[in-house]
Amino acid sequence: MAEFERHEYDVLIIGAGGAGLRAAIEARASGLRTAIICKSLFGKAHTVMAEGGIAASMGNVNSKDNWMVHFRDTMRGGKFQNNWRMAELHAKESPDRVWELETYGALFDRTPEGKISQRNFGGHEYPRLAHVGDRTGLELIRTMQQKIVSLQQEDFAETGDYESKIKVFAELTITEILKTDGKVSGALGYWRESGEFVVFEAPAVVLATGGIGKSFKVTSNSWEGTGDGHALALKAGGNLMHMEFIQFHPTGMVWPLSVKGILVTESVRGDGGVLRNSEGRRFMFDYIPPVFVKQYADTEAEADGWYTDPENNRRPPELLPRDEVARAINTEVKAGRGSPHGGVFLDVSTRLSPEVIKARLPSMWHQFKELADVDITKQAMEVGPTCHYVMGGVQVDPDTGAATGVPGLFAAGEVAGGMHGSNRLGGNSLSDLLVFGRRAGMGASEYVAGLGSKPALAQSDIDSAIATAVAPFNGASKENAYAVHYELQQMMNDLVGIIRVGAEMTQAIEKLDAMKARAKNVSVTGDRLFNPGWHIALDLMNMLVVSEAIAKSALEREESRGGHTRDDFPTMDPKWRAIHVITSWDGSKVSTKRESLPPMPNELASLFDIEELKKYLLPEELAQLAVGGN
Amino acid sequence: MGYLASMRIWRGNSADGQLEEHKVEVGDGEVVLDVIHRLQATQTPDLAVRWNCKAGKCGSCSVEINGKPRLMCMTRMNTFAEDETVTVTPLRAFPVIKDLVTDVSFNYQKAREIPAFKGPENLKPGEYRMAQVDVQRSQEFRKCIECFLCQDTCHVIRDHEENKPQFAGPRFFIRIAELDMHPLDQLNRTKAAQEEHGLGMCNITKCCTDVCPEHIKITDNAIIPMKERVVDKKYDPLVWLGNTISRRKSD
Repeated sequence: MAEFERHEYDVLIIGAGGAGLRAAIEARASGLRTAIICKSLFGKAHTVMAEGGIAASMGNVNSKDNWMVHFRDTMRGGKFQNNWRMAELHAKESPDRVWELETYGALFDRTPEGKISQRNFGGHEYPRLAHVGDRTGLELIRTMQQKIVSLQQEDFAETGDYESKIKVFAELTITEILKTDGKVSGALGYWRESGEFVVFEAPAVVLATGGIGKSFKVTSNSWEGTGDGHALALKAGGNLMHMEFIQFHPTGMVWPLSVKGILVTESVRGDGGVLRNSEGRRFMFDYIPPVFVKQYADTEAEADGWYTDPENNRRPPELLPRDEVARAINTEVKAGRGSPHGGVFLDVSTRLSPEVIKARLPSMWHQFKELADVDITKQAMEVGPTCHYVMGGVQVDPDTGAATGVPGLFAAGEVAGGMHGSNRLGGNSLSDLLVFGRRAGMGASEYVAGLGSKPALAQSDIDSAIATAVAPFNGASKENAYAVHYELQQMMNDLVGIIRVGAEMTQAIEKLDAMKARAKNVSVTGDRLFNPGWHIALDLMNMLVVSEAIAKSALEREESRGGHTRDDFPTMDPKWRAIHVITSWDGSKVSTKRESLPPMPNELASLFDIEELKKYLLPEELAQLAVGGN
Repeated sequence: MGYLASMRIWRGNSADGQLEEHKVEVGDGEVVLDVIHRLQATQTPDLAVRWNCKAGKCGSCSVEINGKPRLMCMTRMNTFAEDETVTVTPLRAFPVIKDLVTDVSFNYQKAREIPAFKGPENLKPGEYRMAQVDVQRSQEFRKCIECFLCQDTCHVIRDHEENKPQFAGPRFFIRIAELDMHPLDQLNRTKAAQEEHGLGMCNITKCCTDVCPEHIKITDNAIIPMKERVVDKKYDPLVWLGNTISRRKSD
């Protein structure tokens, strides 16, 4: 029998980004002993990379803003594929979640009246993003981290032990969720540092593991974005939904190669940056889709006027939702109108003074200066699409975050699906983390309170989970995990990337089968002490499962919508709006099915103009709505 | 691809270790972290290294490069000559776990010893009002990415393990300063900075400011103003002398 440490908690939170930490605060508030699992050091989670801001309709800059406008923008951005209940909760609760951060010590940029300042962003009708320069994610993660520490200080004052109620397990990776009699009973993990195994006994597990970008070659995600939570949920019997919807952020760095994919914040465009092709044309005017013609300017003069007079001018098309801009850049580059390194030009130097650029976009200035030798106060940046965010994720109950089909499993943040539909608006991610992190913490607390006795862990399950985790040390072949990972990323970029075709995806699914077989035989050298070769071998299994879910979901959906664009089905089809592609795991492969959601209630549908609804809904869906034809 | 670089990497664990030389390919525009990753993928799969965002935002990949505390992701290879050997070693102020990874738990302990932000009790969430010019001072310190390079370079603890219990280090002096300058924080923090966190042990050599990848003026904007406030409350001959001398110099 293998040796391991054993810990008992009421709730285990996997992931220490914004969603995980917010869930932990809520779970502790309900009196639960809470463990937080962090794959990196505490405070390094990918949330730190968020730049632009947190969307919340506080109305500090334009008092016309309110939750209904935010809800409408979110549904439009997601092309109505969103779980409307999640979009509703998110729009209603995000202002409270932002104000709460100030009581934890966050210091946002201010308006002249001393309120939290709000900035413009793609797809948001009014200035809505609370921000700190272009380092809002850092502020969020540090604030949450410091709030957790402050709670530990309170616990220390009361019990003499900082970790009596919340303990952070840093640099620990979970490999398997354990279940007993169909319910969650705990999880197995290993310390990255020592390679020693750790068994957690916990009746509730909250997944807050973030994204999947590492399945793609060009990505803004760090090494942590290997889809661990997506894979853990699938293997525990949960469902994923919307996995075909991947957001390719329009502006990643394209040069130098070593930083290809690193994010260039949307605030550059929100603050006045324009996109031009190699001919000097502001090409976004050529790409305004019919559903958005009412909201976007069709001349440069009107677009330029919007920055100072938004009441009388429509928005510049650079601020269309991310999927639209990413596709436009892709088309320009393919048509031979790209920049020298295969992107397009993003220029903020023509509109803003060097002082203003350095004040509003300090980390962009720093990033380009230090990594690319480009001074953005004088020169244009070269940018192109980068895999940034997965809209798809664990199918959950909107109000509690409870994963469908697995009692005791919860999910929040990027790993959960539904909230953003087919495309997420910038700024809606940080608010998502806070709103649904809190709700998952509450959901887990209620679940634990209602549980008679905690399910006991079975020794045989622990043993078999450990055997799976050490398997790469006994790999049958000389296969190198790094090499398989490299091939996977290239393949996903080429065959299931920003523009997709049925035949290529079928090919991708075949290749994934072959890669899965090779990954099983990966062999690792060295021992378990901080061994990255072993870590990547285990992460690779997750990336393969997630990639399979993406490829199969994308093949299933025969239309183009948001973060899913098919060359063979180039238009949006209202028939598909009502259909949600769900994936599950049958022990050896991913399978797909189609589900529908309950229709949007009248009070939400009536927030839209009937003419707009006609673009998205089927006639029979419209007939069921008592929308007053306004 | 560009050229073959000579990299000298420290390999070992808490007991012992040594520098190992490797020849690694370097491509255009690459940083030290790219080269370390190529080494991992092609020659030393079990080389331990901590990293995360690869964009200078998370502060994970802190090491010493040719003896200087740096982030690997922000150190471009073209800052070295092609025939120059680049030496990468773990942070010296913290115990080695393996290869380039050190045990930085000291910093997390210190973080716990500083009382958290305490907001005004008469204001509800949403009622906070602060002027931009007032939050700006604290915002400078909140740019900190917790790379701990300042802690690593600080000579009070770099080679003086015995000072660690009573010295929080520059990273936490800016944390205290940030809270102290927060327009709505209710606690008085300067006395504790001096008496519990070792502010007086700092003799303002500015090494921390020099290595900060976020260019935070740790010494000038956080440590010196706090020392001055301590002096306001409590006579401190060292600081008084330091101030007098430095004033005379600049005159």
